[in-house]
Amino acid sequence: MKSMRKMALGLTTSVATLISAQAVSAVEIEYWQYIFDTRVQAMDTLIERFQEENPGITVRHSTFPLADYRTRLAAAIPAGQGPDVMQLFYGWLDAYVDEGLVQPLPTDVFAPEMIEEEFFPMVAAMKRDGAYMALPTAVRSLALFYNTRLMSAAGFDTPPETLEEMVDMARAMTVRDGSGNITQVGITTGMNAQDHHWFREVLTRQFGAEPYLDNYRTVNYATPEGVAAFEFYTGLEATEGVSQSGFMDEPQAAFRAGRAGMHIDGSFRIGALEGTRGLDWGVAALPASADGVTANYGSYWVNAITNRAQGERKEAAVKFMEFVTSEEAMQLWLDVVGELPARPSVALTDENLANPVYGPFIEGLATAQTTLFLDETAQRQVLMDAVQRVLLEGMSPADSLMVAQEAEQEIIDRLGGN
Amino acid sequence: MNLYSRLSIERKRTVWAWAFLSVPIFFYVVIRFYPTADAMVLSFQNWNLLGARSWAGLDNYVRLWGDPVFWKVFRNTFMYLILGTPISLVISFVIAYNLDKTRFLHGTLRALYFLPFLTTAVAMAWVWRWFYQPVPIGLFNNILSSVGIGQVRFLNSTSNALPSVLAPAIWAGLGFQIIIFMAGLRAIPVSYYEAARIDGVSNWTILREITLPLLKPTIVFLVVFSSIGFLRIFDQVFNMTTNDPGGPLNSTMPLVMMIYQTAFSSYSMGYAAAQTVVLFTVLLVVSLVQLRILRDR
Repeated sequence: MKSMRKMALGLTTSVATLISAQAVSAVEIEYWQYIFDTRVQAMDTLIERFQEENPGITVRHSTFPLADYRTRLAAAIPAGQGPDVMQLFYGWLDAYVDEGLVQPLPTDVFAPEMIEEEFFPMVAAMKRDGAYMALPTAVRSLALFYNTRLMSAAGFDTPPETLEEMVDMARAMTVRDGSGNITQVGITTGMNAQDHHWFREVLTRQFGAEPYLDNYRTVNYATPEGVAAFEFYTGLEATEGVSQSGFMDEPQAAFRAGRAGMHIDGSFRIGALEGTRGLDWGVAALPASADGVTANYGSYWVNAITNRAQGERKEAAVKFMEFVTSEEAMQLWLDVVGELPARPSVALTDENLANPVYGPFIEGLATAQTTLFLDETAQRQVLMDAVQRVLLEGMSPADSLMVAQEAEQEIIDRLGGN
Repeated sequence: MNLYSRLSIERKRTVWAWAFLSVPIFFYVVIRFYPTADAMVLSFQNWNLLGARSWAGLDNYVRLWGDPVFWKVFRNTFMYLILGTPISLVISFVIAYNLDKTRFLHGTLRALYFLPFLTTAVAMAWVWRWFYQPVPIGLFNNILSSVGIGQVRFLNSTSNALPSVLAPAIWAGLGFQIIIFMAGLRAIPVSYYEAARIDGVSNWTILREITLPLLKPTIVFLVVFSSIGFLRIFDQVFNMTTNDPGGPLNSTMPLVMMIYQTAFSSYSMGYAAAQTVVLFTVLLVVSLVQLRILRDR
């Protein structure tokens, strides 16, 4: 009886020691991002490699649907229940910085001079008071996807280089049934998708407008040049008849189904298009304007360390940040997700530039502008409504764009942009 | 203990009753009443979810009053109610009335009518969304086009979108209303009908003088219940218009969706709370008015 008791005691002690020993040597940090198959897959691989290199650190990877990811972060982080390292959209950072919910990246590891030298300049938007608050693994830009089969069936063997060529090709690829209903669009349109970026940062500039002034605090696209750009965009459906907004529900669905000749989308679409059965597609740089002006829109998701990471967890978090913004991580992210490396040293290799799929996107980074949104959903809605007023209510593009400009200015003013 | 043992049996019973009741009361206070009260307070504040709340006075209500989108949404919300409630009640009554007289396959038919009620609103909304698409993928438009009728813009139209979104919502609720109506019909004593038949009264008179008056409690219940349902409509609209939430041009946006967007896409919690208070007031007033008008004299 006595020996039994002794044995039990010994067992308990050794188990307790084991547990505490593990607790001392292992730090667990939590990482959050949203669900997108290839991103989750890429991050899992990165975490595996990171843990191999840092045996004392475990990273718990939690993912949430994009639809409520932002709310999850906003609810969890102020409550102290959030992750140690989180991925967030560049436009959300301000609110977290203002409330002191993210920690600046320690300058001994992430020296601002080093970042400015080694990252694409658009990353500078993440700098506050001499330190970087967050850093991306990857950046994104826009390009033109085209369906090679439909292109060659229409007699074209190279993608369009100018907007005019694009419209001509779109016309040749549009198919209507006997009653005149579109059954295949030349080019997809939809301000709800990436087109609002294409219009805001690319088309307006190509038609000679300056979409925003005062560092994105004054809306300025309702100028005659901007109206010309808007007329071009709405004209694709209204006058040229080479597109139909809402065709097959979503632009990318129409393209994937092989019912669209061309489609403008971000580099993140590559992963989703790869391996779509029966779809042969290519990528080209966004068409230039008649006088050769090119522009692009750049955006990114960043990684940041929250104020939850303290002590040894912070050390682990910094190490993890270092790893996910390393050249190795960026190349992997490019290979798996198709998002472009945030370091030119990785992005601008001859191999990547010559890549038929990534090349045009990487080329676009050179002219990419990053819109400083205050409420992207509301600002996008403004342009969606602008198009609908023209297409459904017959308002003139000039009037509609003026309404949009005023509405967007109101959003910016209300959210403290001025 | 001493205190307890001195209580009479009656008192002890009361103590025990309250002891058990305290659990749900506590639950309700914490889960329902506290957040409700907090939302009312929040409607006088500004809060972006991340930082501290700051007092805003009546700002949120003033902004609401001056917001054209709010008035559009207010109108939409009542359109859902004004179209939805009578249409669904008439259809469900007609079906229940006739189903009640049917003996052939009665159970199967009843189950078939109840089936949509069991279906998830999200799944149903997406299936209908695809039904409504233009050619080449939309079922309805493909049928129209195959018989040579022009395309109907169901969802991408400022005038058709609201009825198109409402249709599946009505259809989904029918099963429940039919079952309740049938229960109401069964509860009417058969002897009344027998007496009427003996007196040689027409079917129409029986319906008007016996069935409908005796169904009044059922009708009151269904009117209030379905009105609240249509005033709170969200799932169908949200899922059928994800490409342009509440659109086109806010033509389908109900109040609940505006609240959702203000709160979880613009993160203006105070403004969203002010809208919630308005919705709460509307629901309260509509329910009270209906109960008053339809109550037994």
